[in-house]
Order: sequence, then C-alpha cells, then structure tokens
Amino acid sequence: MSGTNAAAAGGPAGPDRPPARGVGLLRMLPVTGKIGLVVVAGIVVVALVSLVWTPYDPLQAVPEDRLSGSTLQHPLGTDRYGRDVLSILMAGAQITLLVGCVAVAIAAVVGTPLGILAGMRRGWAEELITRGADMMLAFPALLLAIMAGAVMGASTWSAMIAIGLAAGPGFARVARAGTLRVMSSDFILAARGASQPETRIARRHVLPNIFDLVVIQASVTFALAILAEAALSFLGLGTPPPEPSWGRMLQGGQDYLAVAPHLTVWPGLAIALAVLGFNLLGDGLRDVLDPKTRGRR
Amino acid sequence: MIRAVGGRVLRFVLTLFATSVLVFAFMRILPGDPAEVVLGTGATEEALERTRAEFGLDRPLAEQYWDWVSGIPVGDFGVSFITGEDISPVVLDRLAVSLILVVSAMALALLVAVPLGTWAAVRHRRADGIAISAATQFGIAVPNFLAGMLLVAVFALGLGWLPANSWMPPAYDPVQFVLHLILPVVALAAVQAAVMTRYVRTAMLDVMGEDWMRTARAKGLSTFQALRRHGLRNAALPVLTVSGIQLTTLVIGAVVIEQVFVIPGIGSELLTAVAGRDLLTVQSVVMLLALITLTVNFTVDLLYLVLDPRTAVQR
Repeated sequence: MSGTNAAAAGGPAGPDRPPARGVGLLRMLPVTGKIGLVVVAGIVVVALVSLVWTPYDPLQAVPEDRLSGSTLQHPLGTDRYGRDVLSILMAGAQITLLVGCVAVAIAAVVGTPLGILAGMRRGWAEELITRGADMMLAFPALLLAIMAGAVMGASTWSAMIAIGLAAGPGFARVARAGTLRVMSSDFILAARGASQPETRIARRHVLPNIFDLVVIQASVTFALAILAEAALSFLGLGTPPPEPSWGRMLQGGQDYLAVAPHLTVWPGLAIALAVLGFNLLGDGLRDVLDPKTRGRR
Repeated sequence: MIRAVGGRVLRFVLTLFATSVLVFAFMRILPGDPAEVVLGTGATEEALERTRAEFGLDRPLAEQYWDWVSGIPVGDFGVSFITGEDISPVVLDRLAVSLILVVSAMALALLVAVPLGTWAAVRHRRADGIAISAATQFGIAVPNFLAGMLLVAVFALGLGWLPANSWMPPAYDPVQFVLHLILPVVALAAVQAAVMTRYVRTAMLDVMGEDWMRTARAKGLSTFQALRRHGLRNAALPVLTVSGIQLTTLVIGAVVIEQVFVIPGIGSELLTAVAGRDLLTVQSVVMLLALITLTVNFTVDLLYLVLDPRTAVQR
C-alpha cells in the first residue's frame, strides 16, 4: 500500500506532465520566478556573511562621522550615531529572515494539519475550522501583535508568534482546498479500503500531495511576514534596539528625512527588494506547481 | 433567501461573540497584572488589592467579561485604569479621524485599480499590460509607511507643495483639511491600489475566458464594449469580496500611517495606550476595530446575496 508513488500523483495534471523536482523545477520557473529566487538567495547569502563579517561593527557609534552620505569609507553613509548603514543593513537581514522563518513555521505547523483535518473529516470539524479561519482573516492580524506588545512589552518573539498565528488560517485554507482535491483520488479509496488509519492516510497520502501548495503559501507568507515585522518595528513594537532591524532603521530615518534621506531610502529598498523576491518566487512556484493554474497563460 | 440571510446573521453574531471572548482572554491570559501596571512594580500587596477592588479586577472573569462586553453595544467601554477617564468619548472622536482616512484611501484605490486592472487584463499579452502587472508587483512590495515617508520627502520637504504632517479639523479650515489629507491618503491608497489592481486584473481575465464573453464578441461588440456591458458586473463579485478583506489591511495601514503623519486617529490612540500600558483602552480599541472590519465583511456577505442570487441556494 505504501508503494503509492506520492510524487507522481501531484494532482489531476495527468501522466503527460510529471511534476517538476530539483533541477527540473528550476528550469521550469518563469523568468520572474528565477529573479525572485536570485533575490532571495542573495539575501540569505548577505545574512550568512554578516554572521562572520560586516565592513564595520554594526553597533559601533562614531559620533564624528554621524549622518554622512555615501563616501568611500561608508558606501551607504552613516546613521545618527555614526554607525555604518551598510553594516546595519547586512546584519538586519538576519532578523528579517529569522522572523520570516519562525512566523512561516508557526503558521504552517498550526494551519496545515487543521486544513487537512477539515478536508478529510468534513462535517462539524470542517465547519468549525473554516469558520474560524474566515473569522481570523477578517480580524486585522497586526492587532494581535500590538496587543501582545501592550501586555508583554515589545520583543522579536512576540512579533514572530503573533505574525505566525495570524498567518495560520491562510495555510489552513490552502491545505483544505488541496485535501478536498486529493480525497477524490483512487489511491485514497484504496488506502481506506485497506483500512489504513486516518492519521496514516493524512501523513502518507494527503500531505505529500498537497506539499507543493504549502510551499507556495510559505513563500507568499514569508513576504507578508517581512512587511508585518517592518511595520511593527517601525511602530517600536517589534525588534527592540540595539538589534539591527530594517523596520526600525526606517523609524530612525523619519526624523532625518530632510537632512539624510539615505537613512530612509536604503532600508526601504532592502525591505521592498526582500518582499518582491519572495512574492516573485511564490508566483513562479505557483505557475509551475499548482495544478489549478497549470496550463493557464 | 430568508434562510440564507438568517444563517449569515447567526454566523455574524457568533463571530462577534467569539472575537470578543478572544480579545478579552488574550489580554488576561498574557502575563502581567493590570493593578501592578497602574501602581508600578514597587507597590505593596495592600495597595494592589485596593486597586484591583477599585477596578473590579477581583471579581470572577466571567463577570468582568460581561461587564465589559455588555457596554459595547451602547458605546460604553468603561473607565481607563490609567487615566481614570471614560474611554468612549476619546476613542470615538479619534475613530472619526481614522475613518475619513480609510474611506478616502479605499475610494481612491478603487478609482485607480478598476480601470487600471481592466486595462491590464485586456492587454495582458501586450507591453502596456505587462508593464502594469510589473508595476503592481513593485507596489505591493512597498510598505505604506515607506511610501508615506518618500511622499513627504519629495512633495513636502523637497518641493514644498504640501504640508509634511499633522491634521486640520474640517470645521476649522476646509482647505487646509484637504491639503493635510492628500499625502497620507495617497500613501495609503497607492499600495492598496497596487493590490486591488492585481485582483481586478485576475477577475477580468477569468471573466474574459467565459463563453458568454465570446458570444458577446461574436455579436460584434469590441472587447471593451463587451466588458462594459457584461464583464464588469461579473468581475465585480470577487473584487467586492476582496475589498472587504482588504479593509482590514487598510485599518492596520492607517494605524501605521497615522504615526508617519502625526494624525490624531484611532491608531495613535492605540499606540499611546500600548506605550502607557493602558490595558482596557487597548482591549476596547482592538475590539472596536475588529467590530468594524467584521461588520464590513458581514455587509459584503449580505450584498453578495443580492448581487449573486446563486449564492443563496448553495450550502
């Protein structure tokens, strides 16, 4: 029974088009998706490099160099304390990726099983989960994080957990839709006929077949998490100082908009680029992997 | 039809109830004693007890919840633990300011997104259609507060055409009111327009693939005529749903934008309350914002029944 080839059953696309994996997937990504992948990879590399090397210590203040524009020593200038903007930006990539990873992980781990449950069980479980998800989607998600900040004080963790919980319903929706599609296939019927336990069916037959959808959702959610973290840090409810964060750099830049616009432009560009990268990657993956949009265009 | 409306009303009421319980529970479950927040960490146990008794925090949770939630329908949010004043008058004043911001931004966003999205759909294989799609991809990647700061840098600080921040009540000076409103509304609407343009484009592309659109074209209508006569109405349905959901993004966007432009709206009130650890005000403002977005989505749900009677029979 366990011989059901999970990879080959990637939806109703038919046998003429085996789902792409590995290098094949890379080749099939549309140009925009490849651009997204390059941007995302670039940010990951910058974050990794910043762990061992940045041009200057991102926390080191040099008061005599404060608010300088682009120079040979400081290609992106310095901030109000005379810290090197390029170094802070590089180190800030760590927080951005950390928040994205943790928030997406929380959302996926909470949302996906609930979505599968809703798709497999139907009845009241489905009703409860879909209604709950709808309710949460209508609830302004960042308010959760703001509330957490009010009670516990601002921290990167409260922001990550709140963003993750808020993104959970998105995963539940996608997982349910995918599960409903998978449940009508013959191999589920066969597994049920062989009286396999439901949890085993969910793990061995449903999850591998909706995994593509979860990956697409993860990429798009990553972009949302970056935006949310930036907004929270901008409000002073995310990453507390002195930890470098792109959103908080913007908050600091606001006071110097007239004299040092580079303090706004560079972190702003970094955020926009990161969000763009993950969005493009997600859209590209959807074009290749999602059976619903496959063959469109 | 009556059954469909009844079902939706019931669901709406249940949702409101669940939301209020969650908001209340969230504020109480998290570690932190409101009495200690008021008095500071050095307070004696007797002083804490007295403060708890004063605000009714020593009563059972269910009673506290009921006390709070039963006031909401009549606009009574209770008394702030921190300032000792009624919460409602301040909050409702501030809300009016934010609503002006949000509604103008939504209107402007739709005004831009509907024609632009339609254009992008009709010309989706041409350079101009692709250019619009690409522009929206950049637009959704820009946080609205960044858009706001850049607008200030260019139009207020650079060119000096518009005021950089602050708020002018319309009764005080209508012209200045509008001038002060332009930059924050454009900042909010620009990002929103990018999002909505993408949805309008998708909705229009779906509609253009329908058989009846082909029929309309075969009758001799041009693509634009067919879209105007038949397509727009059908594409309006998914766009309406998305507008309802996007309102929640706009409400949050307003909270952030108010910080950029120093506008005394509900967002500023919320953040002041957060900074001052004024828990009951935070709880009430969050509930009020949730109430608004849920009500709008409920209204969209009902409108749907009128616009698309098919939905009344399903389920």
